[in-house]
Amino acid sequence: MQLHDVWFILIAVLWIGYFFLEGFDFGIGVLTKLLARNTAERRVLINTIGPVWDGNEVWLLTAAGATFAAFPDWYATLFSGFYIPLLVILVCLIVRGVAFEYRAKRTDERWQRNWEHAIFWTSLLPAFLWGVAFANIVHGVAIDRDKNYVGGFFDLLNPYALLGGLVTLALFTFHGAVFASLKTVGEIRERARAAALRLGLVTAVLALGFLVWTQLHQGNGRSLAAVVVAVAALAAALAANQMGREGWAFTFSGLTVVAAVAMLFLSLFPDVMPSTLDGSWSLTVQNAASSPYTLKLMTIVAAVFTPLVLLYQGWTYWVFRKRIGVQHIPAAQSTDH
Amino acid sequence: MELAVAHETIARWQFGVTTVYHFLFVPLTISLAATVAGLETAWVRTGREKYFHATKFWGKLFLINIAMGVVTGIVQEFQFGMNWSDYSRFVGDVFGAPLAMEALIAFFFESTFIGLWIFGWDKLPKKIHCACIWMVAIGTVLSAYFILAANSWMQHPVGYSIDKATGKAQLTDITKVLFQDTTLVVVFHTLTAAFLTGAAFMVGISSLHLWRAKRAAAAGGQPTDRKKAATMRTSLRVGLVMAVVAGLGTAISGDTLAKVMFEQQPMKMAAAEALWDTRSPAPFSVFAVGDVTKGHNSVELEVPAALSFLAKSDFSSAVPGINDTAAAEAARFGGKPTDYIPNVFVTYWGFRLMIGFGMTSFAAGLIGLWTTRRRFLLDPEFRTGEDEAPRLMLTRSRELGPFLTKWSWRIGIWTMGFPLIANSFGWVFTEMGRQPWAVFGLMTTADAVSPNVGVATQIGALATFTLLYAVLAVIEVRLLAKYASAGPATSERPPAEDPTLRGPSSDEDADKPLAFAY
Ligand code: HDD
Ligand code: HEM
Ligand code: HEM
Repeated sequence: MQLHDVWFILIAVLWIGYFFLEGFDFGIGVLTKLLARNTAERRVLINTIGPVWDGNEVWLLTAAGATFAAFPDWYATLFSGFYIPLLVILVCLIVRGVAFEYRAKRTDERWQRNWEHAIFWTSLLPAFLWGVAFANIVHGVAIDRDKNYVGGFFDLLNPYALLGGLVTLALFTFHGAVFASLKTVGEIRERARAAALRLGLVTAVLALGFLVWTQLHQGNGRSLAAVVVAVAALAAALAANQMGREGWAFTFSGLTVVAAVAMLFLSLFPDVMPSTLDGSWSLTVQNAASSPYTLKLMTIVAAVFTPLVLLYQGWTYWVFRKRIGVQHIPAAQSTDH
Repeated sequence: MELAVAHETIARWQFGVTTVYHFLFVPLTISLAATVAGLETAWVRTGREKYFHATKFWGKLFLINIAMGVVTGIVQEFQFGMNWSDYSRFVGDVFGAPLAMEALIAFFFESTFIGLWIFGWDKLPKKIHCACIWMVAIGTVLSAYFILAANSWMQHPVGYSIDKATGKAQLTDITKVLFQDTTLVVVFHTLTAAFLTGAAFMVGISSLHLWRAKRAAAAGGQPTDRKKAATMRTSLRVGLVMAVVAGLGTAISGDTLAKVMFEQQPMKMAAAEALWDTRSPAPFSVFAVGDVTKGHNSVELEVPAALSFLAKSDFSSAVPGINDTAAAEAARFGGKPTDYIPNVFVTYWGFRLMIGFGMTSFAAGLIGLWTTRRRFLLDPEFRTGEDEAPRLMLTRSRELGPFLTKWSWRIGIWTMGFPLIANSFGWVFTEMGRQPWAVFGLMTTADAVSPNVGVATQIGALATFTLLYAVLAVIEVRLLAKYASAGPATSERPPAEDPTLRGPSSDEDADKPLAFAY
């Protein structure tokens, strides 16, 4: 295996990490409207991810930075090509971060309600758009000889991509519901579990359609294996959820995300962005990669720091392991607190 | 042709708007993280309540600020690819490395430990909680370091070769990128400037509260909140000392940086001085009236030979002017000499406003440190307690008159944002003074933009960001003002019991509300 293959795997791992982690916190954001019945319950949901959402988001920044370093052409083509969806995602992530931090900083109701609307929409839109973006990457887009995307914005909204978007949206919301049932107590926990069942079934239908479509279009043996794992994991997550085994349910919903994203990358390899105009214009792990020196350097950096990151992020989840319910939510803050 | 120009101009505007905006939050984040860490350490070590209140108070302002720093940073990470794709293709091999390191090493540090710090008051033992904010502080400095290494490479490319087959830059030596003199001096200068920024911020807000307390006492109104006064008084001293130390550091590092730049980008420095013709010895222009962009200056106030000193450390050396430098660059890279002259007006005034605004805060700090000095050696009648607003002293035994006192506090309050302005001008000067180059000597800005992004799309994006940022600015400033003006919550008590890592074992604690919740 050559270094650029290693880096293909590393980039895949970063995206998988991102979708696993931010997946459930996008889901929580969407559920603030679907699941919570009042402000206290909304705050319970928001606070389940309070200490961790920022750390989760850094997986995205790292994925982007690592792509820049290891596959500059991939970074350049992807981000300049998918300009408008990316712009929307960025705006959402900006507003979302501010919404979490500022929502409780004033007591007046309108202020809080506005930020709550913001949290819902800015979680929903990226959850959908990431699916659209990845479906397009896997499917291939109009890339010219100079490695530039030459299609338009609406070309990105093809049926296959829109289905991909619905899949990620449903999957993340499901993953979020399972997370909510794992992290809360009281009534909301029961409702989260019931919601997880329904969302899981919706996800199953959409995902199956999408995975089969992908597999038929450009699948291979490896990606088929991933499809099987994804489907089995989703079934197991639903079963565990029904049995009230929330830890297992979360493990399996997480595994579903992992396998589904892995499947996309497996069907992509060795391309990183196929061209629909001419196969020889596709970006591949070879023609988009950095020099061996940079790849080697970055491999060392990643080998040292990725385990460290996992260690201290894991520790954070342990510190905040306690379930929370409405009784844990302090009264609305007054000015001087 | 015109379209291409619009293309480049809009992309530059977008980069300028988003980066200057990001950099409004960054210096405060860097300095407040370290200051809060210091204050919390003081609390953990001494157990004194004023340090606890100071930690909480500045911590709150820090959090309001960092939230914006973080979200505006996300845009930065993506827009090289979005607007500058040809640039990204060309430099990714070199430039991507420090950027990826920043994410992997610094951002994870910051974002993870900030979560622990915000929500961990009742979950972590004091010492570990305090260690978390130190981790955040280290993260912010590392983050600045890596990104400035990347920026310094654009200013002065080293440790690379150009690949013959692809024509792209390739990294050959990362240590050169990370440790070249440009990087080290820029890091030093930017960090000291960041601490000056935080210092002025602290001085301003503490002054506001102490001055209010003073006026309330004079009016015979309600009695002073002594805990609040103690907290603000400590903060004032911390801020003043920081302003002086950081201000000195900024000046020294700025001078060093100027010497480096005279060597590496003589055009930028000549433009910064509006020095059209080579002169020896060269004067330092304090200000110029007339048209600095016309090839000559009409009215000038100059300090003879000072520029020679700034550039070369002696009072006689020749400093090359704009015309000679432009001719030399044209001979080297082709084209007309005028292609190589940056916007002299912006560069010239950016440089002056940076120094002017920033050094005003340094001077204010120096005066403040002097007037609030030596409270223990004074005559008993001039002494104030630790928990009172201090008297401002002219000499050891003479107080400033009421008029001067009023203005002294006001200066502190009004100069609160000066270094912030200085920072923005400094960067505009640095980045626009590098034009027409994106990567000095290797790639022009015109060649760096994304060829496939339409002008309409770009305008839409620029408008979106500008509008969004404007709205957020209003929200953030109001929140900051609200919390800053409320002052420390002195009714808040430090936790009676130090939490243990395992958490409460008894069931009775199970329903206790969270110490902090969104
Ligand atoms: C509080 C802010 C502040 C203050 C008081 C100063 N600076 Fe500064 N300066 C900055 C904040 C700053 C900055 C915004 O942080 C810059 C932009 C790029 C950089 O590295 O730092 C900068 C850049 C910068 C550059 C350009 C570096 C480049 O092109 O890479 C020079 C030559 C100086 N400064 C020199 C000075 C001198 C001689 C000062 C005199 C006292 C001074 N600065 C005060
Ligand atoms: C340290 C990290 C930085 C990097 C890597 C960086 C990189 C760049 C790049 C790629 C461009 C566009 C190309 C060009 O116009 O030359 C640019 C332009 C610009 N940057 Fe920076 N920059 C950094 C820091 C900053 C900061 C902190 C500020 C301001 C606070 C700033 C202000 C600007 C401005 C105003 C422009 C537009 C200048 C013009 O008109 O061309 N930059 N920078
Ligand atoms: C133009 C290049 C820049 C890029 C690509 C960039 C990227 C980012 C990103 C992605 C974040 C968010 C991290 C998180 O989620 O925790 C961030 C925050 C931060 N950046 Fe920047 N940044 C740039 C310029 C700068 C400069 C010039 C400095 C300092 C000298 C700086 C220092 C910081 C710091 C200290 C933070 C922490 C949070 C805060 O800013 O309040 N950045 N940056």
